[in-house]
Amino acid sequence: MEGILTARQTAGQIAQRQMGRIQRQYRRLPFLRIISITIVVLLLIPVAYLVLRAVDSGQDGIDYLLRPRTLNIVQNSLNLVAAVSLSAVVVGVPFAWLTSRANLPLRRVWLVLGMLPMVVPSYVAAIALIRMFGPSGLFEATFGFNPMPPIYGFFGSWLIITLMTFPYVALPVRAAFMNMDPSLEEAARGLGGGRWRVFWRVTFPQLRPALAGGMLLTALYTLSDFGVVMLLRYNAFTRAIYISYENSFNPYRAAVLALVLVFLTVGLLLLERYISRGRRNYKVGTGAARRPPMVDLGVWRWPAMLFCAVPVAFGLILPVVVLLGWALNPNVTSALNVNLGALTVNTVGVSGLAAVTAGVVALPLAILAVRSRTGFSRWMVNTAYMGNALPGVVIGLALVYFGIRVLPGLYQTMPILIAGYLLRFLPFTLASTSGALTQINPSIEEAARGLGLRPHQVIWRVTLPMAWTGILAGVALVFLNTMKELPATLMLRPTGFDTLSTRIWTASDVGSYGLIGLPGLVLIAVSCLSLTLILARDRWA
Amino acid sequence: MRKLFAFGLVFLLGLMALAPVGAQNTESLVLYSGRNEELIQPIIDRFIEETGVQVDVRYGNTAGLANQIIEEGANSPADVYLGQDAGALGALAQAGALAPLPDDILERVSPVFRSPDGLWVALSGRARVLVYNPPLLEELGLPLPDSIADLTDPMYRGLVAWPPTNASFQSQVTALRLLLGEDETLAWLQDMIANDVIPFSNNTALNQGVLAGEAVMGLTNHYYIFRIYNEDPDAPIALHFFPAGDPGSLINIAGAGVLATSDQPGLAQRLLLYLLGTPAQQYFADMTVEYPVIDGVALDERLTPLDQIEPPDIDLSDLADLEPTLDMIEDSGALD
Repeated sequence: MEGILTARQTAGQIAQRQMGRIQRQYRRLPFLRIISITIVVLLLIPVAYLVLRAVDSGQDGIDYLLRPRTLNIVQNSLNLVAAVSLSAVVVGVPFAWLTSRANLPLRRVWLVLGMLPMVVPSYVAAIALIRMFGPSGLFEATFGFNPMPPIYGFFGSWLIITLMTFPYVALPVRAAFMNMDPSLEEAARGLGGGRWRVFWRVTFPQLRPALAGGMLLTALYTLSDFGVVMLLRYNAFTRAIYISYENSFNPYRAAVLALVLVFLTVGLLLLERYISRGRRNYKVGTGAARRPPMVDLGVWRWPAMLFCAVPVAFGLILPVVVLLGWALNPNVTSALNVNLGALTVNTVGVSGLAAVTAGVVALPLAILAVRSRTGFSRWMVNTAYMGNALPGVVIGLALVYFGIRVLPGLYQTMPILIAGYLLRFLPFTLASTSGALTQINPSIEEAARGLGLRPHQVIWRVTLPMAWTGILAGVALVFLNTMKELPATLMLRPTGFDTLSTRIWTASDVGSYGLIGLPGLVLIAVSCLSLTLILARDRWA
Repeated sequence: MRKLFAFGLVFLLGLMALAPVGAQNTESLVLYSGRNEELIQPIIDRFIEETGVQVDVRYGNTAGLANQIIEEGANSPADVYLGQDAGALGALAQAGALAPLPDDILERVSPVFRSPDGLWVALSGRARVLVYNPPLLEELGLPLPDSIADLTDPMYRGLVAWPPTNASFQSQVTALRLLLGEDETLAWLQDMIANDVIPFSNNTALNQGVLAGEAVMGLTNHYYIFRIYNEDPDAPIALHFFPAGDPGSLINIAGAGVLATSDQPGLAQRLLLYLLGTPAQQYFADMTVEYPVIDGVALDERLTPLDQIEPPDIDLSDLADLEPTLDMIEDSGALD
């Protein structure tokens, strides 16, 4: 996810006069354009079909859209987005500060622990919360009272999604804290500014781009999350769409709701772009980068550690402990068949396929994004980013309708499932690959040209090897997210094809929670492995 | 770049080649099942084992899968549809999605357990009931309701559970529409919601909820509590049948039909025949504790025989009017 930010921030830093020559060079690669156009058109078709489907309903669709109930759903979703974005900042910014600017004991441990909730699928965290703090949950059974407000509905959804998303804010903000030039703050202090005044007037403005980016990711995640609002029965858009899809003989209803959700997410993207437009923070001079001084927490380090421990406890330890409990003592007489080996092979296989596909497909688009500046290619690249605005349930819906009517041969097959993942997660590889490409100085490619390599040879032998680690990070990110994906998988998978996440979903649906233990732990373990791959090159690690 | 392009092309073609692998085996069926996996997969596994026919099952919501089949039209990959409610089967029959069944299948069950046109057949029977938690009810000093209509009484505020996305519940609402009329049914749904009814995602969760005291009583099918009794014979949960003729005491079925578009009708009928055979019916009677639909299979001794329950005067095929029910449930706010 960091790639989305870096790509945007660094793209402009490439020297313009070198660009001219490089552009001319890439214009000789019509393949690149043909492939890119094909990809973008293929991505657009199912979405266009969904729009057609909704528009086709005519007056019925309009009536359905204008019910007060639709407005309720909009309000529910926006409430959750606002609350989660705010609380992600309230948790994320102090977390970032403590792990970058203060002498917090075990700082690196806290940093890694704080990021680990990202490997726990949100629906697993929700199941664990229900198990522990739900009505007649473990806590109540053990201690005779329940310290939590009722978790069903808004409260539980807000809590879980905040825990899952605060790293989206904490990570970029931490990077901003670390990269900040301390001389600015020092100058402000020297000019007589108090601690808080300096923070608000000097430090905070430098955090703003990172904050805006992090909050955008948080908001987009909140709008697209499916498992939490389903399990905790909060009637946000994803839930309303899925329930309408399953409980109506009028398919346009789900399509209409899905379109409204897409409008909401696009609105958020535009809002962020508007807010962070034209804000740049420059360092003055090129002196050696100096680390800002550490703040001594003194006795405050104990409450600070407690603060860092809370999200770790709820987002990581609680789910793992609950899963372990079930794994050690399944205690269910269930007829559900859980073949852990086959499920793991399926999950890793399909996620790997999706990740590699996303990596390959992103390549021509990323090269265009970085090396070509025409309006048309920029439009194409922006279109390929639309997965950011399409929650899994919307992509599932679009591809189901599209598959049924237009490509029945591919309906409920592996390719269409992979296409769904691609549509959803291509932005990850696109951003990381573009980011990696921008860091390659075009003059190296020019030199290779000068030494007699043909343009495609340059890409193959110079550009790719240099961008490799960046590409790999994006691929790993797609892998991680595909493994946890639920709604599109449920809707698009071939009949009889189960993954760890669909099996967890089925088992929880029939109340056989004991069966969730092992698949859940395996899912988290494999996620940890892929996160390690991402962190291996991550500058925040 | 050419290499890259070639690689991409080969990769995509490889993906396409993966697609038809499952379809090449001629001895294979696709079953869309609205009954959950836990209840139906064991008997499907037995069929696979005994016949060698591969059955791939797509599990989902009874109404959702019926709608999906209608959407899929001529291209539906499904050969057999299995639903947990006569309404969805009837809706499929009305949409022309089901093929007529041969007499050797239809004649295995009495006429009340099959569609009048011979398009679907029941596999098991179930009674709509109210489950309740006796100690909790006693603690509150409340009487059991005499009718499903009484559940809107303020004395039951926040105590009653229902599963609004469950097909058997949806059929019950269809029955209410037929018996009470549209306006009164919508009013009942809205009064239930105003009375803080507790929604559950399915019957299993609802029964567990009543057992755990999250709700004191709930509208559900009769057989879930026996699964609870199997683990703990003294579990604090019991059945309450609404009195004779009350819309709450509907008898419904789980049933199946063969799709008109199936390219394996013979194989599909074989699956249905198997599910209507004595071993499968005995499985439904013993393992899921439902009412068998063929003669010669013993009823679980804990069950009230069907002829002693007096359901309201409704034909199962009357329940086919599902679409207005689904719209009404959604519009009432029950799904929010």
